[in-house]
Amino acid sequence: MRAVRYYGKEDVRVETVPDPEILNPHDAIVKVTATAICGSDLHIYDGYIPTMEQGDILGHEFMGEVVEVGRETTRLKVGDRVVVPFTIACGQCFFCKEGLWSLCDNSNPNAWMLEKLYGYSGSALFGYSHMYGGYPGGQAQFVRVPFADVGPLKVPDSLSDEQVLFLSDIFPTGYMAAENCNIKPGDTIAVWGCGPVGQFAIKSAYLLGAERVIAIDRFPERLALAASEGKAEIIDYTATDVYDEIRAKTGGQGPDGCIDAVGLEAHGTTLDAWYDRVKTSMYLATDRSHALREAIGVCRKGGTVSIPGVYGGWLDKFPLGPAFGKGLTLKMGQTHMHRYLAPLLERVERGEIDPSFIITHRVGLDEAPAMYRTFRDKQDSCIKVVMRPQEMTS
Amino acid sequence: MSHVISRKLDPSLSDIESWTAIGGAAALLLLGLSRRRIQALGLAAFAAPLMYRGVTGEWPEFLGRHLPSDDPREALSGDRGMHVLEAAQVNKPLAEVYRYWRRLENLPRFMAHLDSVTQHGDTGLSHWVARGPGTLRVEWDAQIINDVENQVIGWESLPGSDVITAGSVNFDSARNGRATNITLHMRFEPPAGRAGELVAAVFGRRPAQDVREDLRRLKQLLEAGELPQVVQPSEVMA
Repeated sequence: MRAVRYYGKEDVRVETVPDPEILNPHDAIVKVTATAICGSDLHIYDGYIPTMEQGDILGHEFMGEVVEVGRETTRLKVGDRVVVPFTIACGQCFFCKEGLWSLCDNSNPNAWMLEKLYGYSGSALFGYSHMYGGYPGGQAQFVRVPFADVGPLKVPDSLSDEQVLFLSDIFPTGYMAAENCNIKPGDTIAVWGCGPVGQFAIKSAYLLGAERVIAIDRFPERLALAASEGKAEIIDYTATDVYDEIRAKTGGQGPDGCIDAVGLEAHGTTLDAWYDRVKTSMYLATDRSHALREAIGVCRKGGTVSIPGVYGGWLDKFPLGPAFGKGLTLKMGQTHMHRYLAPLLERVERGEIDPSFIITHRVGLDEAPAMYRTFRDKQDSCIKVVMRPQEMTS
Repeated sequence: MSHVISRKLDPSLSDIESWTAIGGAAALLLLGLSRRRIQALGLAAFAAPLMYRGVTGEWPEFLGRHLPSDDPREALSGDRGMHVLEAAQVNKPLAEVYRYWRRLENLPRFMAHLDSVTQHGDTGLSHWVARGPGTLRVEWDAQIINDVENQVIGWESLPGSDVITAGSVNFDSARNGRATNITLHMRFEPPAGRAGELVAAVFGRRPAQDVREDLRRLKQLLEAGELPQVVQPSEVMA
């Protein structure tokens, strides 16, 4: 099969490799009909994610058709059309039973690596480094899916691939980010980062009852999409002081909830952002957290800062004092995907949201190396790339 | 939770402490070498044992020994060998977890170093086979020395075995009976000489981590019903 493989910083290649096989009784093999490049894949592309190895198959947003099942897989059948959550969960451990699916105890064979770093390990992820399990990802023609009765969601033929593909990550991730803000009717929510997760966070905030959403970014096409599709009030952070402007927009009170949909590679124009750049480039710090600092500074007293953006290491100059002084609630973590798949599919079926609005590029799998670069550099107004692995372009 | 209590390797030092020691030693060395004074030599000299500890996990002999722990469980360790304490919570009721462990033939399913355990009827005697790197094999006989249903199982190798080993596992009900806390003590005491090297190779160099992984596999088997496996394609096809 053809697969997108990691070879190093800014080096991904499409190669022909052996098809995956059933390894465990609860596995399934899925023939991938659509897969996307995620913003978090760019953290890998940029070399920020440790324990990637040469030849690892990338990709954690994918869907397709079940072509083979393990002997103890009972719910899924060959021929089922499914979308697969990017976190891998066993469904049986304490964390899965508590609904904390992305913290599953049993899916990561390399849990010891994250235990060393974090104290305890979360669940494994598809295509996202060996410390997250080393599972081959879904930017390929076929993928092995463990615990196939627990994760994959059957989708109706009435919906297209493009309408359901983003249930695999970014729609639930944006939705949980909004849900974590504990939105009450009349609330104002501010969203840093108008990439795909930010766009879904904006829409989800309205779905959950927000009265206003303010979106912050610097790329005109992303701000335009946030305004046109998301109905957000937009702020270009390169043109204004974000704190002053949001304060002015909110009667001097600040937003009730703030969402950092940027994560560890934040850009900024202020002193602290340049400080982060210098330190990370000298390997004296791991993450750049300008967006998070700003969100904490702008958030109203007693509000919630929700962090769907990915962080990996140890933050420098983290404003815990302001967070304490204002009595903020901070909520974060990998999305508990399995909670959201079915209810969000229902919202798509009811026509409350059509997630395909985010797609700007549709290509075959062989174009992956070029599209990683285009997406990373935000060239050609790129916001979301969907690849069709069964349709070769070269 | 994981402790190793041992007079031989003294590995009370975690990885973090190792790196802290190495980092501190490096800083002292640099500071010492950057000052051209006689006192500076003292700084650099002080770095030496720190560096030694960071790299080897032991203080040099002349700094004296780690004091024995007052942990009563150390009694199990005798005065030689390696004692590992490790714990895990299994999201299954007490009786199920106890029953699985009491059937000693199950142990090799999650204890990586074990090839097989064979129980001899109801005698409490059993035969254990362990494997190491390559074709290394070690065998010994053991007996159950303590068995209280749904509470504790204890075992030790018979006198005269190549391997002197003992273990005890406690089972405690947790989460209103939905889960079970397992607390495992294991001791290995390799004999002297060539046989000792063999045993050390079989039981590995990081026994605390190995035992933690054993209990993780037990959890995976009892909860998820399988061990997670991963294969990345290694070859590229034409």
